[in-house]
Amino acid sequence: MILSVRDLKVSFRTHDGPVRAIDGVSFDLEESEILGVVGESGSGKTVSLLAVMGLITDPNATIEGSIRYKGRELVGLPPRELRRLRGNEIAMIFQDPMTALTPVYTIGWQIAEQIRVHRGVSKAKAMERVEELLAEVNFPNPHEAMSRYPHQLSGGMRQRAVIAMALSCDPALLVADEPTTALDVTVQAGILDLVRRLRAKHRSAVVLITHDMGVVSELADRVMVMYAGRVVERGTRTELFSDPRHPYTSALLGSIPPLTGQKPRRLPAIPGSPPSLLRLPQGCAFGPRCPVRYGPCEAGKPGLGKDAHAAACFRVAQA
Amino acid sequence: MARLLYGGLNSLLISGAATIFTLIFGTMAGLIAGYFGGITDTVLSRLLDVLWAFPIYLLAISLSIVTIAQGIAIGPIEIQSGSLWLPIIIIGIVYIPYVARPIRGQVLALRHSEFVLAAINLGVPGWRILWRDILPNITTTLIVFVPLMMALNMLTESALSFLSIGVQPPAASWGTIIQDGQALLYTRPLVALVPGLAIAVSVMALNVFGDGLRDALDPRSKVRLGRD
Amino acid sequence: MLYAILRRFGQMLFVMFGISVIVFLIFFATPGADPAARIAGRNASPEVLAAVRHSFGFDQPLYVQYTRMMEKIFVTGDLTSFVNRGWKVVPAVMDSIPVTLSLVFGAAVLWVVVSIIIGIVAAATRDSWLDKLLMALGLLGISMPVYWLGEVMNLITQSRHHDKWVFSWVPPLGYKNFSDDPKGWFLTLVIPWITLAILYIGIYGRVLRAAIIESMQEDYIRTARAKGLSETRILFRHALRTSLIAFVTLFGLDFGALVGGSALLTEVVFGLHGIGKLTYDALQNLDLPMIMATVMYASMFVVVANAVVDFVYILLDPRLRTS
Repeated sequence: MILSVRDLKVSFRTHDGPVRAIDGVSFDLEESEILGVVGESGSGKTVSLLAVMGLITDPNATIEGSIRYKGRELVGLPPRELRRLRGNEIAMIFQDPMTALTPVYTIGWQIAEQIRVHRGVSKAKAMERVEELLAEVNFPNPHEAMSRYPHQLSGGMRQRAVIAMALSCDPALLVADEPTTALDVTVQAGILDLVRRLRAKHRSAVVLITHDMGVVSELADRVMVMYAGRVVERGTRTELFSDPRHPYTSALLGSIPPLTGQKPRRLPAIPGSPPSLLRLPQGCAFGPRCPVRYGPCEAGKPGLGKDAHAAACFRVAQA
Repeated sequence: MARLLYGGLNSLLISGAATIFTLIFGTMAGLIAGYFGGITDTVLSRLLDVLWAFPIYLLAISLSIVTIAQGIAIGPIEIQSGSLWLPIIIIGIVYIPYVARPIRGQVLALRHSEFVLAAINLGVPGWRILWRDILPNITTTLIVFVPLMMALNMLTESALSFLSIGVQPPAASWGTIIQDGQALLYTRPLVALVPGLAIAVSVMALNVFGDGLRDALDPRSKVRLGRD
Repeated sequence: MLYAILRRFGQMLFVMFGISVIVFLIFFATPGADPAARIAGRNASPEVLAAVRHSFGFDQPLYVQYTRMMEKIFVTGDLTSFVNRGWKVVPAVMDSIPVTLSLVFGAAVLWVVVSIIIGIVAAATRDSWLDKLLMALGLLGISMPVYWLGEVMNLITQSRHHDKWVFSWVPPLGYKNFSDDPKGWFLTLVIPWITLAILYIGIYGRVLRAAIIESMQEDYIRTARAKGLSETRILFRHALRTSLIAFVTLFGLDFGALVGGSALLTEVVFGLHGIGKLTYDALQNLDLPMIMATVMYASMFVVVANAVVDFVYILLDPRLRTS
């Protein structure tokens, strides 16, 4: 077991009162497994993984629950210890490669910085490693690319550089936050292919955060669907795609255009919009948008249960 | 003491009037350059660049020294050498680029905004678009400028008066009182210290007020405090 | 990059030309009085007036007058003061330049170093009492008239308290040549440096703090954290490094205001015979040729200095350097 998260809760104090961004999230991750985390913006998918990285620096935030990495508790770990893990054993790829790199240093320097901080090797040694890494993420001319500044590279190339940086210390866990959202469709496929090959080679576990069900169906072994700070359904990819149990999951799947067969005239959209975390509805948070809601949905919040394929919905429990 | 209050009145008067002068002409220049573009913009912008690069005190000194002895006469308008209008106009002129350049940038952006393009396509005359559509959109910036410019002007006025090219005797301002006090510095230090303190407190109050106003009205603007 | 430098250089030449034309127009074409009478000073005899008219070419078109004036200031250097009976103006300006440069560069070093420290400390301890105190002091620094602060400094270090207090090392007002007496040079300038620097420390400390705080919100700082870098390293190597670019731009803008403004006032208060004091004395005597020369040289220096700062800026920012 690489990662084990139990009952994670994150809340922020704001001017309008406390906001619970994450409300009791639990999941596990095995070696070289890819877990897809899906949800609309504001569903808490990014915040829960930032918590895992120890990257929630907002002084108004409180984090409760347990995050165990290789059996070691990360919640409450001193910043020094966390830093030793970050970038070294746990690495992260961010959504927007255009702004994720410091504009005033070459990408070679930025990747080498990480290697030097964690490995304590000489600058020359680090640079050798950078060249290997850039070759590995398919830079056409790695040696020359090292002396490039971020603004001189295209978005796709920058994202490759960010991935090379994340891989530089052979992390056991890689968190990818919407790695393809900001990129052109043609570039997306290349990046996804890269993630797949690298997983095979480095045997890293990957958490893939996305709102794109298409990406999930390409890459993920298991999937976790989030809504309003809670997990509403989890299961293997096959389970989720062939037998979605939560009405929200079904609705998300309905939003993907089918690749084969009759194309629907209009893609069905989910009516309404995600609730404000400040004013969550009574009972099930998805209730107001749910096509199959009934009595119990307004009374209490449905639990997820213990099964490998589980959905937090009273209809499922009923069936 | 009476002189201190009287001097303070002049200091406030000059910095306030110069601010109005700067805002009026700076806004006009910025509006015209930004809206009409083309050769008008090029000429105005180059002129503003030169004024901007011209150290303000040197410009103010040059303007003061030629007008101080005999005053100035432009056509029918004649300003006597001891008039308070001289420092007002001189200080007003030197800060025009400080207002005109940011205003020009804003107008340029507004010029290409959809509601202005729509108005142009409807055949609304240019001056009317400037007055009805563009001016209301830059008023917050102008309001934010007022306290900050006043602070700047107050310091400039006092410095010019200290150099004896601002307010001319028998009139007084805080700057001239400090200059008078310089000779008495070691025997009666309060003569120089008190008006300086008055300037510092006023300028600081204006700066704090201006900062607050900016944060409240126009948090993303880059208008900032004194540059000299 | 070569293109950027050439363009900046061309712009510099244009601005120099523009300023010289403005100065010319102010001195020779301001309506209201006879320029010859202004130049010759009060109580000039008719012969002197006639000589002035002839030598500046007031009987000829404006462009001839402009050329004459530039010649007198920059080429032949034979502009003479009439108030001070035939005193050559340009050598006097040249003699005063080292004094002004000593003052300005010393103060600049002081204010850059101190304001960087203050900006970093305030940004790192954001919203603490220390941050608030530093920012309030900075605001006070911005709000004080520099010549008044100089007088306060003089009062503290030069008055009868001089020997009793810790300031007994402060020499009397004046300036000593570096080549004659390096220690005296340093000691006489310490208090003026501090006075001049205080104002700019206020501005720059505030600006740098704001820039650092702004860049700490950037995505690349989150990347740096995700890399496992220490907060110190993130602050110095990533946030500060990008903020300094803004700092340098500002330095370029303000350098001019400094040489042409606050330094002038500081020189007057501390009796340093630099360009500022020269201008001040000329102002008291209505000595126009002298003012013409000091304004011209000082503004040219400022324009060149600003251009140099911009070149540094191009070197500092790879986005400009490589595109």
